[in-house]
Formats: sequence, C-alpha cells, structure tokens
Amino acid sequence: MGVKLLLEKAHVEGIRHYDVYRREGGYRSVEKVLKTMSPDAVTEEVKKAGLRGRGGAGFPAGMKWSFLAKPEGIPRHLVCNADESEPGTFKDRYLMEFLPHLLIEGLIVASYALGSNATYIYIRGEYAWITDILENAIAEAKANGWLGNNIQGSGFNCEIYVQRGAGAYICGEETALIESLEGKRGNPRIKPPFPAVKGVWDRPTVVNNVETLAAVVPIINMGGDEYAKIGVGKSTGTKLISACGNINKPGVYEIDMTISVEEFIYSDEYCGGIKDGKKLKACIPGGSSVPILPANLLLKTAKGETRYMNYESLSDGGFATGSMMGSGGFIVLDEDQCVVKNTYTLARFYRHESCGQCSPCREGTGWMEKILKAIETGKGKMSDIDLLWDIQRKIEGNTICPLGDAAAWPVAAAIRHFRDEFEWHVKNPQECLTRNYGLAHYADPIHVPV
Amino acid sequence: MIKFSEEKLNKVQEIIRRYPEGKQKSAVIPVLHLAQEEYGWLSAETMDYVASLLRIEPIEVYEVATFYSMFNLKPVGKFLFEVCQTGPCMISGSDNIIEYIKQRLGIGVGETTPDGLFTLKTVECLGACGYAPMMQLGKHYREHLTKDRVDQIIEECRKNAGMLN
Ligand SMILES: Cc1cc2nc3c(=O)[nH]c(=O)nc-3n(C[C@H](O)[C@H](O)[C@H](O)COP(=O)(O)O)c2cc1C
Ligand code: SF4
Ligand code: FES
Repeated sequence: MGVKLLLEKAHVEGIRHYDVYRREGGYRSVEKVLKTMSPDAVTEEVKKAGLRGRGGAGFPAGMKWSFLAKPEGIPRHLVCNADESEPGTFKDRYLMEFLPHLLIEGLIVASYALGSNATYIYIRGEYAWITDILENAIAEAKANGWLGNNIQGSGFNCEIYVQRGAGAYICGEETALIESLEGKRGNPRIKPPFPAVKGVWDRPTVVNNVETLAAVVPIINMGGDEYAKIGVGKSTGTKLISACGNINKPGVYEIDMTISVEEFIYSDEYCGGIKDGKKLKACIPGGSSVPILPANLLLKTAKGETRYMNYESLSDGGFATGSMMGSGGFIVLDEDQCVVKNTYTLARFYRHESCGQCSPCREGTGWMEKILKAIETGKGKMSDIDLLWDIQRKIEGNTICPLGDAAAWPVAAAIRHFRDEFEWHVKNPQECLTRNYGLAHYADPIHVPV
Repeated sequence: MIKFSEEKLNKVQEIIRRYPEGKQKSAVIPVLHLAQEEYGWLSAETMDYVASLLRIEPIEVYEVATFYSMFNLKPVGKFLFEVCQTGPCMISGSDNIIEYIKQRLGIGVGETTPDGLFTLKTVECLGACGYAPMMQLGKHYREHLTKDRVDQIIEECRKNAGMLN
C-alpha cells in the first residue's frame, strides 16, 4: 500500500460530517497556523513541500502564492478551481464528495496565508449535489468557529462561498473562471496582467485547483520538508489519478508517484488490468489534452527505461515520444478501440468548448472536427491527414489561452503515433464502419514517428 | 407574469451579499439557475426579470445565458436525459446507450416526446468518466448505464410524472 495523505480517511463512516472529521484529527492544520505561524511562514512551508499545482500545468503552488501582489487597502481573494471538465478527470469530484471538510480546511489555511477574507469555490454547474455537500460542510465549519469573524480568537476573518458555473469547460482556465465569477461569458483574458496582480474585480487573486488546496492540510500537519520526502525529484507528495476506460477497476487512486505505469495499470491495488482479458493498445495519461501514447511508449520511454507515474517520467521524450501528467485523468484504450474515433470525439469536445475569441481556435477546432468525422466515417482522403496535421500546427501557440494547444495536441499525437490507422480508414472506407484497425502493429518494438 | 417567491427573493439577496458592494452582476449565473429550477427554461421575459433583480441591462443576462450550455433557451420535457458522448464514455459504450434511448423513447437527439415528458440531449464530459456510460437527470447523475438501467430510469420517471400530476 502506498502512502495516503488525502484519501486516507475517505472510507471512515460519516467523515463527510464535521463531528467525525474533527474526531479523526480534522482542522488541526488551522489550529496550528492560527496559533503558531505567520501567513508568510505558511507560504514558506508550501514552498518547501515542493507542491505543484494539481490542476494540469504543475506550477509550484508556493511560488504562485509568493507572487500575489499586496497593495495597501485592496482586498485579495483566493479562488478554488473546482470546474473539473477535462475529459478523463473526476478526482476533484471524489475529494469534494467524500471529504468536503478536507477541502474547507485547506481553504482556510490558504486563505490565511494569502490574506483572503472572502474565498470562492468555483464549481462546475453540473456538480449540483456536490454544491450542497460543500455548503453543508461550510455551515458546519462556521457553526464550530472555523469560519466567520475572529476565527478561534486569532483576529483572522474568512468566509467561503460556493459559486456554480453553468456548463463551460473554458471556465476552468483561470482568467475565464474569473470572468465567469464576475457574471460574464467565460472569455479568457489576455495576460499580463496576471491574476496575482489583477484578478477578480481587479483585485489580486490566486486561483488553485481543489487537490492542490487539499494537499496544504497534510503539508502543514507534517511540515513541508517531510512532505517533500514523499515521491521523487520534483514530483513531491501524492497525486490523485482518476482512471477510466477499458480497465477492470476504474476509479480515483492516490499514488505516491514512485510507482511505474505498468504497476498502475496491471496491479490489483489500482486499475486491475485491462477489461475482459484484452490487450492494452494506448493510453492518454493526463486528461484528454495530453498526447496519447501507444502501449510500448507508455510502459517504457524511448530510451527503453521504465516509465513512472510522475511529472518527469511521463513527459520524458517530450511530445515526440512522451506525454504529460496533466490533470491526472488516465484514459485507457484496449485493442478494440479506434484511435480515429476517439480523437474525433475529443475534437468535437474542443470545438464545442472553444469560446470563439481567437480565429485559429474557433475555426481550427471546427475544421479538425469536420475532417476527423469524415475520416472516421469512411469519407476521408489521404491528403486530409496532412491537412489535419497542418491545421493543428497553426493553432498551437497562436491563441489567447491554452485551450487552442489543448485541442491541437491530441490530434497531433494521434497522427504521430497512429498514422497507419488514419490511412487504413481512408483506404478501407466500408470496412472502417464495421471494424477497427487491428492491434498487431502496436505490439511492434517502438516505432518512432515523424 | 414572472415573479419569484418571497423565499427565492431572499435567496437572491443572500447571493448578492457574497460579493463586494456594487458587484451584484456576479450573481447572474446563480440567479439564472434559480430561475431555471423554477420555470424549466429561460424565456426572454425570465431573463429580463433576472436583469431587473440585479439592476443590470437585459443584454448582460442574454450574453451569459447563451454562453453556458446548461441554460435551456427553449422549453424541454419534464425529464431531461443528458447523455455524455465524449471519448472516455464513447470507449465505454455510450453510443449503444444513446441508440437505445432513442429507440425506447422514439425520439432523436434534441427532441422531446409528444407527451412532453422526455427530452434527449447529448452532452460533453460531465466528470463521471470512470462510471461510464452515464447521463445527468436533473440534479443527479445516473452512472454505469445498461439497457436495463435505462428501462428502469424511464419507468421511474413515468411513475414520478404520474405522482406529480
Ligand atoms: C482550457 C483550460 C481548462 C482548465 N480547466 C481546469 C480545471 O477544470 N480545473 C483546474 O484546476 N484547472 C484547470 N485549468 C488550469 C487553470 O488555468 C489553472 O492553471 C489552475 O486552476 C491553477 O491551479 P493549480 O496551480 O493549483 O493547478 C485549465 C486550463 C485551461 C487552459
Ligand atoms: S484559445 Fe480558444 S478558448 Fe482560448 S481564448 Fe482563444 S478561442 Fe477562446
Ligand atoms: S467522458 Fe463522459 S463523463 Fe467524462
């Protein structure tokens, strides 16, 4: 059994409720910081812990906190990003659903460190019942003196509010989230200015992911140095992985980032192997935006080394032969799955979610969807494959926010590693409607791509 | 006439107090949710009412209502089946579930049954990928869908509709 820092108590009966949570040692980190630490000392611990943002980009959380501008007389805000809409990702939901007080506890500590007296949880609108769970937990915390004015006699005031979105992946992007919180369309802002200087209502703002903020609790309880000893290199602490697709045990797992990808997929403690005794074909290891990898490159890097479930190892080889940890949405495809069809559904997703501000993203995602649909349904031409490649290249790096990249990367990786499958679709327009391209090819030794 | 109950109006005031003075525009999404819960969809009249509650221009409400996919700008059936069709659900068999629902209800995607009970919609990833195939029904998710589960859910809805009438 690996180390569990976040989910250790997830199965304790009644842990959703304050009394049980408190009895199990909850809110100790708040006591500790309010009684014994200055706000800057809290930030220092988070820095020492080496905690990297769990929302996708992996930016060091302590560093982000220290960038927060603190102009005299202007309120600052902490915003918790609970928009969780990246396909394959459902870990924040699990945390909030089963351990709402862990998030609230982390939010109070972080609010203290940042000087936020009004902290907002921006949650995707579809998680309506989780909104109720969080609001209950907030009310319980408040009734017990952990929120409100002069918390535990410390002089620190803090309120937490839950704001529901209403169906828009783009509102997970931090500046779109801020726009949405201000009651507008979720159109990302041009940076700079960064939210740390000019965020919600033009006030300095920190936006962090749910899991990032929950991890602050064990960091304070055990100390940043101890936390940093778990894991490996710059992948410190534990990470939640939401595993889905064609595996025996889909679900949310906490890993300590020292296990191999192979162990994660095949061991009974985690995914429990490929469903129905089938073979592994491919995997998108970090949410739909990150590059898909064929089985051979997933389990071993291009250098032939074992690939591990951590930030560095998953990205080993760059986009040519590697992928990314991303949000931890681990999507497994068995031998019967069609990469072209899978890529088509993702392209449709990004077209649907593009906010439409920049033409490369707005137009490009539409074209990619159309072309992929044509290839998938046996109406594609050989030249379409190059056209797709060309379109995705013209989106990447040419847009206001990274949604453009996020839409381009999955298409690029699918063509890079599975070009033969696209060609097979074009050459077999009838057959591709009834069956998928076989597995045989992917059992080959590493074929390094274009 | 569109008018919230006293209770709802208090809720609106409570929401507005979450934001700094003068930033009540931030309440537009939460208040549109309240309105949709009440009326099932957002008519121009409803949106104008929301604008008046928040003391903002109607266009500021329309802009928002048209951007977010959860807001219904047309009436929908009493029971809205929103079935996810994105990658992870697709590789777990959502296509078959969508086909089955169409056949059971005798409607296509985006359509409502003639009795006004059911509307079928396809949606993109709802954050339930490990429990696929799935759909949203009202406030909750229905996960691990099979044909049998779909039959049960339809039955359940019919029963509830009977009780509501
Ligand atoms: C299109 C897009 C969608 C995003 N969606 C989410 C999301 O749902 N949840 C999240 O925490 N971060 C999301 N992010 C990342 C946020 O912009 C931001 O980096 C993150 O919330 C920072 O938190 P962290 O440093 O704790 O990871 C998204 C980014 C982009 C470009
Ligand atoms: S890249 Fe796409 S989603 Fe991002 S701002 Fe531009 S159009 Fe909007
Ligand atoms: S893909 Fe269907 S819930 Fe995520």
